[in-house]
Amino acid sequence: MSTGLSARTSLRRRFVNGFMLSLTWIAAVLATLPLLFVLFYLLEKGVTSLNWAFFTHLPHPPSMPGGGAANAIVGTLVIVAGASVLGVPVGIGAGIYLAERKGAPLAVFVRFLADVLNGLPSIVMGIFAWELVVVPMGHFSALAGALALGAMMIPTVTRTTEEMVRVVPSPLREAALALGYTQWRTSLRIVLPTALAGILTGVLVALARIAGETAPLLFTAFGNDFWSLSMNQPIAALPLQIFNYAISPYDDWHAQAWAGALVLIALVLVISLLARAATRSGFARASE
Amino acid sequence: MVDEVRAGASGEAENTPTEPPRAGIAIHGGGAGDRIYSVVITVFALAVPALLLLIFAVVTNAAWPALKTFGFGFLTSSDWDPVNDVYGAAPALYGTLVSSFLALIIATPLALGVAIFLSEFAPPWLRRPVAFLVDLLAAIPSVVYGLWGIFVLIPILRSYVMPFLRDTLHLGATPFFSGPAYGPSMLAAGVILAIMILPYISAVSREVLMAVPRSQREAALALGATRWEMLWGAAIPFARSGIAGGVILGLGRALGETMAVTMVIGNRQEIAASLLAPGYTMASLIANQFTEATSDLNLSALMAVGFVLFVVTLIVNAGARWLVWRTSREAGI
Repeated sequence: MSTGLSARTSLRRRFVNGFMLSLTWIAAVLATLPLLFVLFYLLEKGVTSLNWAFFTHLPHPPSMPGGGAANAIVGTLVIVAGASVLGVPVGIGAGIYLAERKGAPLAVFVRFLADVLNGLPSIVMGIFAWELVVVPMGHFSALAGALALGAMMIPTVTRTTEEMVRVVPSPLREAALALGYTQWRTSLRIVLPTALAGILTGVLVALARIAGETAPLLFTAFGNDFWSLSMNQPIAALPLQIFNYAISPYDDWHAQAWAGALVLIALVLVISLLARAATRSGFARASE
Repeated sequence: MVDEVRAGASGEAENTPTEPPRAGIAIHGGGAGDRIYSVVITVFALAVPALLLLIFAVVTNAAWPALKTFGFGFLTSSDWDPVNDVYGAAPALYGTLVSSFLALIIATPLALGVAIFLSEFAPPWLRRPVAFLVDLLAAIPSVVYGLWGIFVLIPILRSYVMPFLRDTLHLGATPFFSGPAYGPSMLAAGVILAIMILPYISAVSREVLMAVPRSQREAALALGATRWEMLWGAAIPFARSGIAGGVILGLGRALGETMAVTMVIGNRQEIAASLLAPGYTMASLIANQFTEATSDLNLSALMAVGFVLFVVTLIVNAGARWLVWRTSREAGI
């Protein structure tokens, strides 16, 4: 009797096991579907709307078909470059500090705050840059957009730099110190060059993240229908243009929005893949 | 490889016109250099708290006039009337909370399922591609999700999902699924947010599940547990607070998400019980109205919405980080 009972129990247990196991398979399928769904429509609608003029022309008013987003593509690059000027050095510096003073109370505190900063809504960064740059200047500007995005880069660059500096083997550092190198020379000449590929990954990950940001640019960079490369003037950005075109009532502009989204995704994916490649070479170097 | 790097680095050092590394000089000169170096990186590190403090000060300062005028009533009033200069953020606060929780309800089981799949059950050859695809969800810009939401997701929801929920499943009898099926709606916002936060929850859950010590799993299996019993009885309890941290991290993302939500939620200043009706969130309220603010108080009211959003996400994120940190510390011991 007891054997019968245990056989039944074990059947039930095996059924539950198989059932839950297949549920996780279903979850995996369901979780990858949205991505394929998004990419499929991007390609389908984006490719048909994309043409050479998109890369070379300025936007046209809605009554005129055609036009492009040349200024928005360049504008995005300008803002992202401006953001890097702020985000990269501060992020790398803070990351080195976190890696070299691992257990110090300040390091624990800064690490925690960097993570909190990373979770701040991007729109809050926008109102911060608005109040700090747009209000004193009296008008929207590329500089304000770059400040908002640069501030967003800092936590990402900080944490990846920290991780990459940490995986540098300590015998390397110790060997340099034993040869009479000072602390700062060991850090700058030995540790940093070794971790460089990894740090580059962090910078690229941060770039990929901010390149597609729209909310912080709404009332900082603001957008511009004409050519402008000045940090002092409102500037066009690809995400802003996608947003404005998507919520417009014109079919022409909807097509342009899809084309813009495809270009933006391509930009972000290329940066992400570069980041992956950089990590791989970085890890190979550190573990060899 | 390491030797090359070392050789290269020391080669550089030889090229620079510095004195040979005599011990006395090196220690002496290093003292000053090390102090300067230490100060420089400390300053960079201090930039992080300084930035956070500055953001807090700037936003609080800008929000102050509205907070002072409306007090706590700002969070409970539904008036948003630029003509009479009276503002209340209740519909936006409600919309932010409801859309975020809706997203959590949809995303959490899926994300957990994927995390368990990837950490326990997936065949090795499938692990990397699936993890890559799920991580990639986080790389898609918010505005692209919004575009997709407007032209693909909303038509599907309006034509198939909403009538199915309301009529076929008879959920229309409850207030949550009653009334006409608008396209842009709380439901659309919840679904798009769920897709957007899924990679964050699943990445953290996967990490904490993988951090569960092998001995823990092996002990359960040795006692005759099935793989699921091992997971449920041994691995998940161990990873519980880390998983909770991941979920709360996803909540933080959802609360502050702006563009995609703005594009699909319908932007209506009203509290509607039905998920099929349009709503508003705090972030989309700021995004839509900021450049069109008519008075100083109007602008300050929008800043106050930003202030509330800032404080709420700050608390949520700090809590999430603490939970994740606690788990990883326990796993370390």
